[in-house]
Amino acid sequence: MNHFKQHSILPGFNLALGFTLLYLSLIVLIPLSAAFIRTAELTWSEFWTIVTTPRVVASYRLTFGVSFAAALVNAFFGLLVAWVLVRYHFPGKKIVDALVDLPFALPTAVAGIALTALYSGNGWIGQYLEPLGIKVAFTPLGIFVALTFIGLPFVVRTVQPVLEDIEAELEEAAATLGANRWQTFAKVIFPILFPALMTGFALAFARAIGEYGSVIFIAGNMPMVSEITPLLIVTKLEQYDYAGATALSVVMLVISFILLLIINLLQWWSRRRSARA
Amino acid sequence: MVEPTPQRTGLRTIMTTTITFPLSGKTFQQRATQEPSWVRCFLIGLALAFLTLFLFVPLISVFYEAFKKGVDVYLAAITDPDAVSAIKLTLTVAAIAVPLNLVFGIAAAWAIAKFEFRGKNLLITLIDLPFSVSPVVSGLIYVLVFGLQGWLGPWLAEHDIKIIFAVPGIVLATVFVTVPFIARELIPLMQAQGTEEEEAAVVLGASGWQTFCKITLPNIKWGLLYGAILCNARAMGEFGAVSVVSGHIRGSTNTMPLHVEILYNEYNFAAAFAVASLLALLALVTLALKTLIEFRNKQHQTQRGDE
Repeated sequence: MNHFKQHSILPGFNLALGFTLLYLSLIVLIPLSAAFIRTAELTWSEFWTIVTTPRVVASYRLTFGVSFAAALVNAFFGLLVAWVLVRYHFPGKKIVDALVDLPFALPTAVAGIALTALYSGNGWIGQYLEPLGIKVAFTPLGIFVALTFIGLPFVVRTVQPVLEDIEAELEEAAATLGANRWQTFAKVIFPILFPALMTGFALAFARAIGEYGSVIFIAGNMPMVSEITPLLIVTKLEQYDYAGATALSVVMLVISFILLLIINLLQWWSRRRSARA
Repeated sequence: MVEPTPQRTGLRTIMTTTITFPLSGKTFQQRATQEPSWVRCFLIGLALAFLTLFLFVPLISVFYEAFKKGVDVYLAAITDPDAVSAIKLTLTVAAIAVPLNLVFGIAAAWAIAKFEFRGKNLLITLIDLPFSVSPVVSGLIYVLVFGLQGWLGPWLAEHDIKIIFAVPGIVLATVFVTVPFIARELIPLMQAQGTEEEEAAVVLGASGWQTFCKITLPNIKWGLLYGAILCNARAMGEFGAVSVVSGHIRGSTNTMPLHVEILYNEYNFAAAFAVASLLALLALVTLALKTLIEFRNKQHQTQRGDE
Protein backbone atom coordinates (compact mmCIF):
# COMPACT_ATOMS: atom_id res chain seq x y z
CA MET A 1 0.00 0.00 0.00
CA ASN A 2 1.42 3.39 -0.87
CA HIS A 3 1.22 6.40 1.40
CA PHE A 4 -1.32 8.27 -0.69
CA LYS A 5 -4.03 7.66 1.90
CA GLN A 6 -3.96 6.91 5.60
CA HIS A 7 -5.71 3.73 6.67
CA SER A 8 -9.32 4.06 7.74
CA ILE A 9 -12.05 1.53 8.51
CA LEU A 10 -14.68 3.73 6.88
CA PRO A 11 -15.86 2.54 3.47
CA GLY A 12 -16.54 4.49 0.29
CA PHE A 13 -13.28 6.39 -0.15
CA ASN A 14 -12.58 5.15 -3.66
CA LEU A 15 -16.14 5.68 -4.82
CA ALA A 16 -16.42 9.15 -3.28
CA LEU A 17 -13.04 10.40 -4.47
CA GLY A 18 -13.45 8.77 -7.87
CA PHE A 19 -16.81 10.42 -8.42
CA THR A 20 -15.49 13.77 -7.15
CA LEU A 21 -12.55 13.71 -9.54
CA LEU A 22 -14.64 12.56 -12.50
CA TYR A 23 -17.27 15.24 -11.89
CA LEU A 24 -14.69 17.98 -11.38
CA SER A 25 -12.83 16.93 -14.52
CA LEU A 26 -15.93 16.87 -16.71
CA ILE A 27 -17.58 20.02 -15.40
CA VAL A 28 -14.64 22.21 -14.41
CA LEU A 29 -11.17 21.08 -15.44
CA ILE A 30 -11.63 19.93 -19.05
CA PRO A 31 -13.76 22.95 -20.08
CA LEU A 32 -11.32 25.32 -18.34
CA SER A 33 -8.37 23.68 -20.06
CA ALA A 34 -10.13 24.31 -23.38
CA ALA A 35 -9.51 28.04 -22.95
CA PHE A 36 -5.78 27.46 -22.49
CA ILE A 37 -5.41 24.84 -25.21
CA ARG A 38 -7.32 26.93 -27.75
CA THR A 39 -5.18 29.94 -26.91
CA ALA A 40 -2.04 27.86 -27.36
CA GLU A 41 -3.02 27.57 -31.04
CA LEU A 42 -2.06 31.24 -31.36
CA THR A 43 1.58 32.25 -31.58
CA TRP A 44 2.95 34.34 -28.72
CA SER A 45 3.03 37.51 -30.80
CA GLU A 46 -0.54 37.00 -32.05
CA PHE A 47 -1.67 36.49 -28.47
CA TRP A 48 0.22 39.55 -27.28
CA THR A 49 -1.26 41.74 -30.03
CA ILE A 50 -4.80 40.67 -29.13
CA VAL A 51 -4.46 41.27 -25.41
CA THR A 52 -2.68 44.62 -25.68
CA THR A 53 -4.74 46.58 -28.23
CA PRO A 54 -5.66 50.03 -26.88
CA ARG A 55 -9.34 49.15 -26.49
CA VAL A 56 -8.46 46.06 -24.46
CA VAL A 57 -5.91 47.89 -22.31
CA ALA A 58 -8.50 50.61 -21.61
CA SER A 59 -10.91 47.90 -20.48
CA TYR A 60 -8.31 46.42 -18.09
CA ARG A 61 -7.61 49.83 -16.64
CA LEU A 62 -11.31 50.46 -16.11
CA THR A 63 -12.07 46.99 -14.73
CA PHE A 64 -9.17 46.94 -12.30
CA GLY A 65 -9.32 50.59 -11.28
CA VAL A 66 -13.03 50.61 -10.54
CA SER A 67 -12.92 47.17 -8.89
CA PHE A 68 -10.12 48.38 -6.66
CA ALA A 69 -11.97 51.55 -5.70
CA ALA A 70 -15.18 49.61 -4.98
CA ALA A 71 -13.32 47.03 -2.89
CA LEU A 72 -11.64 49.84 -0.95
CA VAL A 73 -14.98 51.47 -0.15
CA ASN A 74 -16.31 48.06 0.83
CA ALA A 75 -13.32 47.48 3.10
CA PHE A 76 -14.09 50.69 5.00
CA PHE A 77 -17.86 50.35 5.19
CA GLY A 78 -17.70 46.57 5.59
CA LEU A 79 -15.55 47.00 8.68
CA LEU A 80 -17.96 49.64 9.96
CA VAL A 81 -21.03 47.45 9.34
CA ALA A 82 -19.36 44.42 10.93
CA TRP A 83 -18.40 46.52 13.95
CA VAL A 84 -21.89 47.94 14.37
CA LEU A 85 -23.51 44.51 13.97
CA VAL A 86 -21.20 42.81 16.49
CA ARG A 87 -20.80 45.52 19.11
CA TYR A 88 -23.99 47.55 19.22
CA HIS A 89 -27.67 46.94 19.65
CA PHE A 90 -30.35 48.75 17.71
CA PRO A 91 -33.89 47.94 16.64
CA GLY A 92 -34.09 45.78 13.52
CA LYS A 93 -30.51 44.59 13.85
CA LYS A 94 -31.35 40.96 13.02
CA ILE A 95 -33.09 41.99 9.78
CA VAL A 96 -30.21 44.25 8.80
CA ASP A 97 -27.77 41.43 9.52
CA ALA A 98 -29.73 39.04 7.29
CA LEU A 99 -30.08 41.59 4.48
CA VAL A 100 -26.32 42.15 4.28
CA ASP A 101 -26.22 38.96 2.20
CA LEU A 102 -28.71 40.35 -0.31
CA PRO A 103 -26.07 40.94 -3.02
CA PHE A 104 -25.20 37.22 -2.82
CA ALA A 105 -28.82 36.18 -3.21
CA LEU A 106 -30.15 38.81 -5.62
CA PRO A 107 -29.53 37.92 -9.27
CA THR A 108 -27.00 40.32 -10.77
CA ALA A 109 -29.30 41.34 -13.62
CA VAL A 110 -31.92 42.47 -11.11
CA ALA A 111 -29.33 44.49 -9.22
CA GLY A 112 -28.18 45.98 -12.50
CA ILE A 113 -31.56 47.26 -13.66
CA ALA A 114 -32.52 48.45 -10.15
CA LEU A 115 -29.33 50.50 -9.76
CA THR A 116 -29.67 51.89 -13.28
CA ALA A 117 -33.23 53.00 -12.57
CA LEU A 118 -32.14 54.63 -9.30
CA TYR A 119 -29.17 56.51 -10.67
CA SER A 120 -30.39 57.55 -14.10
CA GLY A 121 -31.35 61.20 -14.59
CA ASN A 122 -34.96 60.79 -13.47
CA GLY A 123 -34.32 58.08 -10.84
CA TRP A 124 -34.79 58.40 -7.10
CA ILE A 125 -31.13 59.19 -6.46
CA GLY A 126 -30.04 60.38 -9.91
CA GLN A 127 -32.47 63.31 -9.92
CA TYR A 128 -30.62 64.85 -6.96
CA LEU A 129 -27.14 64.16 -8.34
CA GLU A 130 -27.68 65.33 -11.90
CA PRO A 131 -28.25 69.02 -11.00
CA LEU A 132 -24.95 68.87 -9.11
CA GLY A 133 -23.26 67.82 -12.32
CA ILE A 134 -22.71 64.25 -11.11
CA LYS A 135 -23.69 61.69 -13.71
CA VAL A 136 -23.70 58.15 -12.36
CA ALA A 137 -25.65 55.94 -14.75
CA PHE A 138 -23.89 55.19 -18.06
CA THR A 139 -20.50 56.39 -16.76
CA PRO A 140 -17.61 54.66 -14.92
CA LEU A 141 -19.12 55.99 -11.69
CA GLY A 142 -22.13 53.76 -12.35
CA ILE A 143 -19.82 50.74 -12.64
CA PHE A 144 -18.36 51.74 -9.29
CA VAL A 145 -21.84 51.77 -7.72
CA ALA A 146 -22.69 48.34 -9.14
CA LEU A 147 -19.39 46.80 -8.03
CA THR A 148 -19.76 48.29 -4.55
CA PHE A 149 -23.19 46.68 -4.32
CA ILE A 150 -22.08 43.20 -5.34
CA GLY A 151 -18.92 43.28 -3.17
CA LEU A 152 -20.66 44.54 -0.06
CA PRO A 153 -21.11 41.28 1.90
CA PHE A 154 -17.54 40.00 1.53
CA VAL A 155 -15.75 42.23 4.03
CA VAL A 156 -18.66 42.17 6.50
CA ARG A 157 -18.77 38.38 6.48
CA THR A 158 -15.02 37.85 6.80
CA VAL A 159 -14.51 40.45 9.56
CA GLN A 160 -17.66 39.66 11.59
CA PRO A 161 -16.63 36.23 12.99
CA VAL A 162 -13.12 37.45 13.89
CA LEU A 163 -14.58 40.44 15.70
CA GLU A 164 -17.01 38.20 17.58
CA ASP A 165 -14.12 36.02 18.78
CA ILE A 166 -12.00 38.83 20.19
CA GLU A 167 -11.99 38.35 23.94
CA ALA A 168 -13.08 41.20 26.17
CA GLU A 169 -9.97 40.72 28.33
CA LEU A 170 -7.73 42.14 25.59
CA GLU A 171 -9.59 45.43 25.51
CA GLU A 172 -9.86 45.51 29.28
CA ALA A 173 -6.11 45.04 29.58
CA ALA A 174 -5.57 47.91 27.14
CA ALA A 175 -7.98 50.09 29.10
CA THR A 176 -6.33 49.37 32.45
CA LEU A 177 -2.97 50.23 30.91
CA GLY A 178 -4.38 53.64 30.11
CA ALA A 179 -5.30 53.38 26.44
CA ASN A 180 -8.33 55.33 25.30
CA ARG A 181 -10.92 53.70 23.03
CA TRP A 182 -9.34 54.92 19.81
CA GLN A 183 -5.91 53.70 20.87
CA THR A 184 -7.39 50.34 21.87
CA PHE A 185 -9.04 50.07 18.47
CA ALA A 186 -6.03 51.17 16.45
CA LYS A 187 -3.38 49.20 18.35
CA VAL A 188 -5.21 46.16 19.70
CA ILE A 189 -8.36 45.40 17.73
CA PHE A 190 -7.42 46.56 14.24
CA PRO A 191 -4.22 44.48 13.97
CA ILE A 192 -6.25 41.36 14.85
CA LEU A 193 -8.87 42.21 12.24
CA PHE A 194 -6.41 43.24 9.56
CA PRO A 195 -5.81 39.84 7.88
CA ALA A 196 -9.56 39.19 7.75
CA LEU A 197 -10.11 42.67 6.37
CA MET A 198 -7.51 42.05 3.66
CA THR A 199 -9.14 38.72 2.82
CA GLY A 200 -12.52 40.40 2.49
CA PHE A 201 -11.01 43.12 0.36
CA ALA A 202 -9.35 40.57 -1.94
CA LEU A 203 -12.57 38.55 -2.25
CA ALA A 204 -14.58 41.68 -3.12
CA PHE A 205 -11.91 42.75 -5.61
CA ALA A 206 -11.78 39.31 -7.27
CA ARG A 207 -15.55 39.19 -7.54
CA ALA A 208 -15.70 42.72 -8.96
CA ILE A 209 -13.18 41.98 -11.71
CA GLY A 210 -15.25 39.17 -13.18
CA GLU A 211 -18.64 40.81 -12.64
CA TYR A 212 -20.82 41.17 -15.71
CA GLY A 213 -24.58 41.10 -15.04
CA SER A 214 -24.95 44.08 -12.75
CA VAL A 215 -22.45 46.22 -14.65
CA ILE A 216 -23.63 46.04 -18.24
CA PHE A 217 -26.95 47.76 -17.55
CA ILE A 218 -25.49 50.75 -15.73
CA ALA A 219 -22.16 51.10 -17.58
CA GLY A 220 -23.27 52.55 -20.89
CA ASN A 221 -20.65 50.25 -22.43
CA MET A 222 -18.77 52.85 -24.47
CA PRO A 223 -15.53 51.46 -25.92
CA MET A 224 -12.44 53.07 -24.32
CA VAL A 225 -14.61 54.77 -21.67
CA SER A 226 -16.99 52.46 -19.86
CA GLU A 227 -16.40 49.02 -21.36
CA ILE A 228 -15.32 46.35 -18.89
CA THR A 229 -13.18 43.37 -19.94
CA PRO A 230 -15.90 40.69 -19.46
CA LEU A 231 -18.17 42.69 -21.79
CA LEU A 232 -15.39 42.89 -24.37
CA ILE A 233 -15.17 39.08 -24.26
CA VAL A 234 -18.90 38.84 -24.98
CA THR A 235 -18.62 41.42 -27.77
CA LYS A 236 -15.82 39.47 -29.45
CA LEU A 237 -17.81 36.26 -29.09
CA GLU A 238 -20.85 37.85 -30.71
CA GLN A 239 -18.63 38.87 -33.64
CA TYR A 240 -17.45 35.24 -33.89
CA ASP A 241 -13.94 36.34 -32.92
CA TYR A 242 -13.32 33.17 -30.92
CA ALA A 243 -9.54 33.58 -30.81
CA GLY A 244 -9.86 37.09 -29.40
CA ALA A 245 -12.48 36.13 -26.84
CA THR A 246 -10.46 33.11 -25.75
CA ALA A 247 -7.20 35.04 -25.45
CA LEU A 248 -8.89 37.67 -23.27
CA SER A 249 -10.52 35.01 -21.14
CA VAL A 250 -7.12 33.42 -20.56
CA VAL A 251 -5.83 36.76 -19.29
CA MET A 252 -8.84 36.95 -16.95
CA LEU A 253 -8.33 33.36 -15.80
CA VAL A 254 -4.65 33.85 -15.03
CA ILE A 255 -5.48 36.95 -13.00
CA SER A 256 -8.25 35.06 -11.16
CA PHE A 257 -5.85 32.24 -10.31
CA ILE A 258 -3.25 34.65 -8.97
CA LEU A 259 -5.92 36.34 -6.86
CA LEU A 260 -7.14 32.95 -5.64
CA LEU A 261 -3.61 32.13 -4.53
CA ILE A 262 -3.31 35.46 -2.73
CA ILE A 263 -6.69 34.94 -1.06
CA ASN A 264 -5.66 31.48 0.14
CA LEU A 265 -2.45 32.91 1.61
CA LEU A 266 -4.40 35.71 3.28
CA GLN A 267 -6.89 33.24 4.77
CA TRP A 268 -4.06 31.13 6.10
CA TRP A 269 -2.49 34.26 7.62
CA SER A 270 -5.85 35.31 9.08
CA ARG A 271 -6.41 31.93 10.72
CA ARG A 272 -2.91 31.91 12.20
CA ARG A 273 -3.25 35.46 13.46
CA SER A 274 -6.62 34.93 15.11
CA ALA A 275 -5.50 31.60 16.56
CA ARG A 276 -2.62 33.39 18.26
CA ALA A 277 -4.66 36.34 19.47
CA MET B 1 -9.94 34.88 38.90
CA VAL B 2 -13.20 36.09 37.54
CA GLU B 3 -15.97 33.55 37.54
CA PRO B 4 -17.10 32.98 33.96
CA THR B 5 -20.61 34.34 33.78
CA PRO B 6 -23.04 33.29 31.06
CA GLN B 7 -23.48 36.81 29.82
CA ARG B 8 -20.66 38.93 28.52
CA THR B 9 -22.01 42.02 30.24
CA GLY B 10 -21.27 40.29 33.54
CA LEU B 11 -17.59 40.60 32.77
CA ARG B 12 -17.82 44.10 31.47
CA THR B 13 -19.44 45.60 34.56
CA ILE B 14 -16.26 44.85 36.47
CA MET B 15 -14.52 47.35 34.24
CA THR B 16 -16.97 50.11 34.96
CA THR B 17 -15.39 53.19 36.39
CA THR B 18 -17.72 54.96 38.72
CA ILE B 19 -17.18 58.62 39.27
CA THR B 20 -19.14 60.02 42.15
CA PHE B 21 -19.39 63.71 42.55
CA PRO B 22 -19.53 64.33 46.27
CA LEU B 23 -21.57 67.52 46.10
CA SER B 24 -24.37 66.57 43.77
CA GLY B 25 -24.26 62.92 44.62
CA LYS B 26 -24.75 62.15 40.92
CA THR B 27 -23.06 59.11 39.48
CA PHE B 28 -21.62 58.98 35.96
CA GLN B 29 -20.78 55.69 34.51
CA GLN B 30 -18.57 55.16 31.48
CA ARG B 31 -17.49 51.67 30.66
CA ALA B 32 -13.83 51.56 29.84
CA THR B 33 -14.38 49.12 27.01
CA GLN B 34 -17.23 50.94 25.31
CA GLU B 35 -17.39 53.98 23.14
CA PRO B 36 -19.20 57.09 24.29
CA SER B 37 -22.84 56.99 23.26
CA TRP B 38 -22.51 59.74 20.66
CA VAL B 39 -19.80 57.72 18.88
CA ARG B 40 -22.01 54.66 18.99
CA CYS B 41 -24.97 56.56 17.54
CA PHE B 42 -22.79 58.10 14.84
CA LEU B 43 -21.33 54.77 13.77
CA ILE B 44 -24.73 53.05 13.74
CA GLY B 45 -26.13 55.97 11.75
CA LEU B 46 -23.29 55.91 9.23
CA ALA B 47 -23.51 52.14 8.75
CA LEU B 48 -27.28 52.25 8.31
CA ALA B 49 -27.03 55.17 5.90
CA PHE B 50 -24.57 53.20 3.75
CA LEU B 51 -26.72 50.06 3.83
CA THR B 52 -29.86 52.05 3.08
CA LEU B 53 -28.27 53.68 0.06
CA PHE B 54 -26.67 50.54 -1.33
CA LEU B 55 -29.02 47.75 -0.21
CA PHE B 56 -32.45 48.77 0.97
CA VAL B 57 -33.25 51.45 -1.60
CA PRO B 58 -32.29 49.25 -4.60
CA LEU B 59 -34.35 46.39 -3.17
CA ILE B 60 -37.42 48.57 -2.58
CA SER B 61 -37.07 50.18 -5.99
CA VAL B 62 -37.43 46.77 -7.70
CA PHE B 63 -40.89 46.32 -6.21
CA TYR B 64 -41.81 49.97 -6.67
CA GLU B 65 -40.93 49.94 -10.38
CA ALA B 66 -42.70 46.60 -10.82
CA PHE B 67 -46.01 47.94 -9.49
CA LYS B 68 -45.66 51.50 -10.75
CA LYS B 69 -48.03 50.96 -13.66
CA GLY B 70 -50.51 49.01 -11.61
CA VAL B 71 -51.28 45.45 -10.67
CA ASP B 72 -52.83 44.67 -14.06
CA VAL B 73 -49.63 45.47 -15.94
CA TYR B 74 -47.70 43.47 -13.37
CA LEU B 75 -49.91 40.40 -13.72
CA ALA B 76 -49.90 40.69 -17.50
CA ALA B 77 -46.09 40.77 -17.50
CA ILE B 78 -45.63 37.67 -15.38
CA THR B 79 -48.34 35.67 -17.15
CA ASP B 80 -47.06 36.54 -20.61
CA PRO B 81 -46.28 33.25 -22.44
CA ASP B 82 -42.61 34.19 -22.87
CA ALA B 83 -42.34 35.02 -19.17
CA VAL B 84 -44.02 31.77 -18.21
CA SER B 85 -41.68 29.78 -20.41
CA ALA B 86 -38.71 31.65 -18.88
CA ILE B 87 -39.96 30.80 -15.39
CA LYS B 88 -40.41 27.16 -16.39
CA LEU B 89 -36.92 26.99 -17.87
CA THR B 90 -35.36 28.57 -14.79
CA LEU B 91 -37.13 26.06 -12.54
CA THR B 92 -36.05 23.17 -14.80
CA VAL B 93 -32.42 24.26 -14.84
CA ALA B 94 -32.34 24.62 -11.05
CA ALA B 95 -34.08 21.26 -10.66
CA ILE B 96 -31.24 19.62 -12.59
CA ALA B 97 -28.27 21.65 -11.34
CA VAL B 98 -29.04 21.56 -7.62
CA PRO B 99 -29.42 17.76 -7.25
CA LEU B 100 -26.28 17.17 -9.35
CA ASN B 101 -24.24 19.44 -7.12
CA LEU B 102 -25.89 17.93 -4.05
CA VAL B 103 -24.59 14.48 -4.96
CA PHE B 104 -21.21 15.95 -5.86
CA GLY B 105 -21.06 17.93 -2.60
CA ILE B 106 -21.79 14.86 -0.49
CA ALA B 107 -19.25 12.71 -2.33
CA ALA B 108 -16.55 15.38 -2.17
CA ALA B 109 -17.18 16.11 1.51
CA TRP B 110 -17.18 12.40 2.38
CA ALA B 111 -13.79 11.89 0.73
CA ILE B 112 -12.26 15.09 2.08
CA ALA B 113 -13.68 15.18 5.61
CA LYS B 114 -13.62 11.51 6.56
CA PHE B 115 -10.24 10.46 5.12
CA GLU B 116 -6.65 11.67 5.16
CA PHE B 117 -4.94 11.65 1.79
CA ARG B 118 -2.31 13.58 -0.10
CA GLY B 119 -3.32 16.51 -2.28
CA LYS B 120 -6.40 17.25 -0.22
CA ASN B 121 -5.79 21.01 -0.11
CA LEU B 122 -5.32 21.09 -3.85
CA LEU B 123 -8.63 19.28 -4.28
CA ILE B 124 -10.40 21.82 -2.05
CA THR B 125 -8.93 24.65 -4.11
CA LEU B 126 -10.10 22.99 -7.33
CA ILE B 127 -13.64 22.71 -5.95
CA ASP B 128 -13.60 26.44 -5.13
CA LEU B 129 -12.26 27.32 -8.57
CA PRO B 130 -15.58 28.19 -10.25
CA PHE B 131 -16.15 30.95 -7.68
CA SER B 132 -13.13 32.82 -8.95
CA VAL B 133 -13.88 32.46 -12.66
CA SER B 134 -15.75 35.33 -14.30
CA PRO B 135 -19.30 34.25 -15.25
CA VAL B 136 -18.61 35.26 -18.84
CA VAL B 137 -15.56 33.00 -19.00
CA SER B 138 -17.60 30.19 -17.42
CA GLY B 139 -19.97 30.38 -20.36
CA LEU B 140 -17.24 30.80 -22.95
CA ILE B 141 -15.38 27.62 -22.00
CA TYR B 142 -18.49 25.57 -22.79
CA VAL B 143 -18.75 27.28 -26.15
CA LEU B 144 -15.14 26.23 -26.76
CA VAL B 145 -15.99 22.61 -26.00
CA PHE B 146 -19.49 22.21 -27.44
CA GLY B 147 -19.88 25.16 -29.83
CA LEU B 148 -19.76 24.80 -33.60
CA GLN B 149 -16.13 25.95 -33.57
CA GLY B 150 -15.44 23.83 -30.49
CA TRP B 151 -13.82 20.46 -29.85
CA LEU B 152 -17.02 18.44 -30.02
CA GLY B 153 -18.91 20.84 -32.28
CA PRO B 154 -18.56 19.02 -35.62
CA TRP B 155 -19.39 15.63 -34.07
CA LEU B 156 -22.45 17.06 -32.28
CA ALA B 157 -23.65 18.76 -35.46
CA GLU B 158 -23.30 15.48 -37.36
CA HIS B 159 -25.48 13.71 -34.80
CA ASP B 160 -27.90 16.63 -34.62
CA ILE B 161 -27.31 17.27 -30.92
CA LYS B 162 -27.57 20.88 -29.80
CA ILE B 163 -25.86 21.90 -26.57
CA ILE B 164 -24.83 25.50 -27.10
CA PHE B 165 -27.75 27.89 -27.71
CA ALA B 166 -29.96 25.18 -26.21
CA VAL B 167 -31.08 23.99 -22.81
CA PRO B 168 -28.21 21.52 -22.15
CA GLY B 169 -25.68 24.35 -22.46
CA ILE B 170 -27.64 26.45 -19.99
CA VAL B 171 -27.74 23.54 -17.55
CA LEU B 172 -23.99 22.90 -17.91
CA ALA B 173 -23.04 26.54 -17.40
CA THR B 174 -25.31 26.72 -14.35
CA VAL B 175 -23.84 23.52 -12.90
CA PHE B 176 -20.35 24.98 -13.39
CA VAL B 177 -21.01 28.21 -11.51
CA THR B 178 -22.77 26.41 -8.64
CA VAL B 179 -20.30 23.52 -8.15
CA PRO B 180 -18.75 24.83 -4.90
CA PHE B 181 -21.88 25.83 -2.94
CA ILE B 182 -22.90 22.57 -1.26
CA ALA B 183 -19.41 21.03 -1.03
CA ARG B 184 -17.92 24.04 0.74
CA GLU B 185 -20.81 24.01 3.24
CA LEU B 186 -20.43 20.30 3.99
CA ILE B 187 -16.62 19.96 4.13
CA PRO B 188 -15.99 22.07 7.27
CA LEU B 189 -19.15 20.71 8.91
CA MET B 190 -18.18 17.07 8.38
CA GLN B 191 -14.58 17.78 9.35
CA ALA B 192 -15.76 19.25 12.64
CA GLN B 193 -17.96 16.22 13.31
CA GLY B 194 -15.04 13.83 12.95
CA THR B 195 -15.24 10.13 12.14
CA GLU B 196 -15.94 8.51 15.51
CA GLU B 197 -19.68 8.04 15.09
CA GLU B 198 -19.27 6.49 11.64
CA GLU B 199 -16.44 4.26 12.86
CA ALA B 200 -18.58 3.03 15.74
CA ALA B 201 -21.38 2.19 13.30
CA VAL B 202 -19.01 0.28 11.00
CA VAL B 203 -17.52 -1.63 13.95
CA LEU B 204 -21.04 -2.59 15.02
CA GLY B 205 -21.58 -4.11 11.59
CA ALA B 206 -23.39 -1.40 9.65
CA SER B 207 -22.79 -1.30 5.90
CA GLY B 208 -21.38 1.81 4.30
CA TRP B 209 -24.77 2.84 3.00
CA GLN B 210 -26.44 2.24 6.39
CA THR B 211 -23.73 4.25 8.13
CA PHE B 212 -24.26 7.13 5.75
CA CYS B 213 -28.06 7.13 5.95
CA LYS B 214 -28.40 6.58 9.70
CA ILE B 215 -25.36 8.44 11.07
CA THR B 216 -23.93 10.96 8.61
CA LEU B 217 -27.07 12.20 6.89
CA PRO B 218 -28.95 13.17 10.08
CA ASN B 219 -25.83 15.01 11.26
CA ILE B 220 -25.41 17.03 8.08
CA LYS B 221 -29.02 17.56 6.99
CA TRP B 222 -29.14 21.24 7.99
CA GLY B 223 -25.82 22.01 6.36
CA LEU B 224 -27.04 20.21 3.27
CA LEU B 225 -30.23 22.26 3.19
CA TYR B 226 -28.27 25.47 3.76
CA GLY B 227 -25.94 24.75 0.84
CA ALA B 228 -28.82 23.67 -1.39
CA ILE B 229 -30.72 26.92 -0.74
CA LEU B 230 -27.72 29.07 -1.67
CA CYS B 231 -26.97 26.84 -4.67
CA ASN B 232 -30.58 27.18 -5.83
CA ALA B 233 -30.54 30.98 -5.53
CA ARG B 234 -27.45 31.22 -7.68
CA ALA B 235 -28.72 28.62 -10.16
CA MET B 236 -31.94 30.55 -10.71
CA GLY B 237 -30.24 33.93 -10.81
CA GLU B 238 -27.14 33.25 -12.89
CA PHE B 239 -26.86 35.70 -15.74
CA GLY B 240 -23.40 36.04 -17.29
CA ALA B 241 -22.55 32.40 -17.90
CA VAL B 242 -26.05 31.53 -19.08
CA SER B 243 -26.18 34.60 -21.30
CA VAL B 244 -23.12 33.44 -23.26
CA VAL B 245 -24.43 29.92 -23.97
CA SER B 246 -28.14 30.67 -24.32
CA GLY B 247 -28.49 32.38 -27.67
CA HIS B 248 -31.44 34.35 -26.20
CA ILE B 249 -34.14 32.52 -28.11
CA ARG B 250 -37.43 33.84 -26.80
CA GLY B 251 -39.77 31.28 -25.32
CA SER B 252 -37.17 28.53 -25.65
CA THR B 253 -33.73 29.34 -24.22
CA ASN B 254 -34.53 32.36 -22.09
CA THR B 255 -34.19 32.00 -18.36
CA MET B 256 -35.77 34.58 -16.04
CA PRO B 257 -32.69 36.81 -15.71
CA LEU B 258 -32.24 36.77 -19.51
CA HIS B 259 -35.91 37.60 -19.99
CA VAL B 260 -35.45 40.57 -17.65
CA GLU B 261 -32.58 41.76 -19.84
CA ILE B 262 -34.55 41.45 -23.07
CA LEU B 263 -37.58 43.30 -21.69
CA TYR B 264 -35.33 45.99 -20.26
CA ASN B 265 -33.48 46.49 -23.53
CA GLU B 266 -36.84 46.84 -25.27
CA TYR B 267 -37.63 49.70 -22.85
CA ASN B 268 -40.45 47.61 -21.43
CA PHE B 269 -39.38 48.62 -17.92
CA ALA B 270 -42.58 47.73 -16.06
CA ALA B 271 -42.50 44.16 -17.39
CA ALA B 272 -38.73 43.84 -16.80
CA PHE B 273 -39.14 44.89 -13.18
CA ALA B 274 -42.19 42.63 -12.77
CA VAL B 275 -40.13 39.56 -13.69
CA ALA B 276 -37.21 40.97 -11.69
CA SER B 277 -39.47 41.30 -8.64
CA LEU B 278 -40.08 37.54 -8.74
CA LEU B 279 -36.31 37.01 -8.62
CA ALA B 280 -35.99 39.57 -5.81
CA LEU B 281 -38.70 37.68 -3.93
CA LEU B 282 -36.70 34.49 -4.42
CA ALA B 283 -33.66 36.27 -2.96
CA LEU B 284 -35.66 37.38 0.08
CA VAL B 285 -37.05 33.87 0.66
CA THR B 286 -33.49 32.53 0.34
CA LEU B 287 -32.22 34.98 2.94
CA ALA B 288 -35.13 34.20 5.28
CA LEU B 289 -34.52 30.43 5.08
CA LYS B 290 -30.79 30.95 5.49
CA THR B 291 -31.29 33.07 8.60
CA LEU B 292 -33.75 30.53 9.99
CA ILE B 293 -31.23 27.69 9.63
CA GLU B 294 -28.45 29.80 11.16
CA PHE B 295 -30.75 30.66 14.09
CA ARG B 296 -31.64 27.00 14.56
CA ASN B 297 -27.96 26.01 14.48
CA LYS B 298 -27.06 28.60 17.09
CA GLN B 299 -29.83 27.37 19.40
CA HIS B 300 -28.73 23.81 18.83
CA GLN B 301 -25.16 24.69 19.74
CA THR B 302 -26.10 26.48 22.96
CA GLN B 303 -28.30 23.52 23.87
CA ARG B 304 -25.38 21.20 23.36
CA GLY B 305 -23.17 23.54 25.37
CA ASP B 306 -25.60 23.43 28.29
CA GLU B 307 -25.61 19.65 28.51
